[in-house]
Amino acid sequence: MALTLKDIHGKLAAKFSEKVFDWLEPEAGDGWIEIEPLAWAEIAAHLKADPDLQFDYLRMISGVDYSDHIQVVYHLMSYARDHDCVIKVKLERKDPRVASVMDLWPAADWHERETYDMLGVTFEGRDELRRILLPEDWVGYPLRKDYEQPDEYHGITHW
Amino acid sequence: MTTPSTTLIKDSVRTEELLVNMGPQHPSTHGVLRLLVRTDGEMIKETWPHIGYLHRCFEKICESVTYVQSVPYVDRMDYLASMNNGMGLCMAYERMLDVEIPKRVDYLRVITSELNRVASHLMAMGTFGLDLGAITPFMYIFREREIITSILEKISGGRLLFHYSRIGGVYRDMDSDIAHDIRSFIKTFREMYVEYDELLSQNAIFVNRAANVGVITAEQAIGWGLTGPCLRASGIDYDIRRKKPYAHYEDFDFDVIVGKAWKGSLGDCYDRYYCRMLEMLESVKIIEQALEGLPQGEIQADLPKVVRLPKGEVYYAIENPRGELGFYIVSDGKPNAYRVSARAPSFCNLSITHELGHDVLVADVIAIVGSIDIVLGEVDR
Repeated sequence: MALTLKDIHGKLAAKFSEKVFDWLEPEAGDGWIEIEPLAWAEIAAHLKADPDLQFDYLRMISGVDYSDHIQVVYHLMSYARDHDCVIKVKLERKDPRVASVMDLWPAADWHERETYDMLGVTFEGRDELRRILLPEDWVGYPLRKDYEQPDEYHGITHW
Repeated sequence: MTTPSTTLIKDSVRTEELLVNMGPQHPSTHGVLRLLVRTDGEMIKETWPHIGYLHRCFEKICESVTYVQSVPYVDRMDYLASMNNGMGLCMAYERMLDVEIPKRVDYLRVITSELNRVASHLMAMGTFGLDLGAITPFMYIFREREIITSILEKISGGRLLFHYSRIGGVYRDMDSDIAHDIRSFIKTFREMYVEYDELLSQNAIFVNRAANVGVITAEQAIGWGLTGPCLRASGIDYDIRRKKPYAHYEDFDFDVIVGKAWKGSLGDCYDRYYCRMLEMLESVKIIEQALEGLPQGEIQADLPKVVRLPKGEVYYAIENPRGELGFYIVSDGKPNAYRVSARAPSFCNLSITHELGHDVLVADVIAIVGSIDIVLGEVDR
C-alpha cells in the first residue's frame, strides 16, 4: 500500500529517532524529509530494504546551493509500493561530503558525478568521482551561487 | 617459400588489448557520444561512456532568465521530442501555480505530444535499423516523419523546435483543417506501419542482430533507473500516463506495451525496438480519441504577465518518448527560478552502457546503444 510522506517520516523517525529531522511542507508543491547527513548511508539502506518502504528506484539526485549551506536532494520512488518521497541532507558549504548510495542504487553513479561536477559535493565510499558534463580541467562549480564565469578557457572566449 | 619456424611466429605475432575511442564523431553514436572501449580482437572487455560534448548549461540558464523565458530552452534538450519537453516544463510550473488549466489545452498538448512521440519513435526505429546495417527503413521513416513535421508546423510554426506549450496554455488553437490532416496521416500511418513491420521487424538479418543482445533484466532496469520503453521492454508495466495520469490521459483508452520476449529473451535489444513500434500504434489511438473528444474552450488560463511561482519546490514528471522526464523546481518567489534540475531520461538510460558493454562483440555495442535510443542534447543538457 502506498504511504504518504507523513507515514514515511513516522516510520523513519521510529527507527532512527533523532537522526531524522522534521518533515516539511512548503507553501506550494511537494514536501520533504530532512535527515542527519552522517546517517544517510544507514537510512538509505533501510529505505530500500524495509518491506513497507521498498524504495527500489532512485529518480534523481540534485544539489541546491542556499548560499549558507548546500542541500543534496534525493528523489525516490517505489515500484513495488507505488509511493515516493524526497530526502534532503544539509551540508557544510566549505567541504560538502555525504555518503554515496551507488551500491544500493547503481543509478546514483552518474547523478552523484553530476552533483559533484556542478556543486562540488564529494560522495564518499565510491571510486572515480570525476566530472561528467564539464571538461576534467574545469575550475569551479557552476551551479554554486557565487560562481564566477571564466573569461577564457584554453584560448576560447565568449566575446 | 619456406614456412617460418614456430618460434618466429611466437616472437613476431602477438595479441594485445586495445583501447579504442568510438566517437565522439561517429554515425552510430547518435550525436556526440564517446565510447572508450577496451577490445580484445572482436570482443569488448569494457566500455566507458564519456558525455558532455553538448552541454549547454540548461540548468544554469534557467536560474538567470524568467520562467516564461526558460520554456523555449527546454525544447533544445530532447530535440526529437520538443513538444513533450515543453509540455513537461510548463506542467511543472503550472503545478506550482495551482491554476486551473482549460481542458482544451490539455487535449491539444496530448495531440501534439503524441504526434511528436510517433515522430520520435520513427526516428528511433530508423536509426536503429541504420546502426544494424538496414539503410532503407531510415529513408522510409522520413516520409512519415515529414507529414508529422508539416502538421506540427501548421499548428505551431516550427518544424523541429516548437515552443508550443506556454505556461498556462498553448500558443495557437487548432482548426478543423489540421484535424483533417491528422486523421488522414493516421490512415496512411496504419498502412505504412505494416510495411515497416515486414521490412524491419520480421527481417531475419535484423532479428538476428537484435534478439538476445544486450539483455537488461527487470532488476537491472530498476536499479539503473531506466524508464520508458527501455524499462517496459524488461517486463515492467509502468507508464506515467497510466499510473499517474496527467493532462487527462485517464480519458483515453490505450494499452501500455510491455516486453514479451518477442524474438529472443526478455529485455533484449529487439524487445526495446518492438516496444517502440507497438507504442506508435497506441499513440495514434490516443490522438484519434483526443481529436474526437476535443472540448471547446479557452487555450490560455488567466495568468499575470510576469509569472511568479510561490515559495516552495516541486518534482513533476511526464512520460517522454524516452522515459520519465522530470523537473525539480525550487522557487523563492522571484520571477526567475532559484534552481531547475532536469531528470533527463536519456541521461539515466545511457548510464547502463558500462554495465552492459563487457564481453560483447564490437557490433553488439552499437546495437545496445542504438536500442537505448538516446538524444545527446538531453544527455548533456
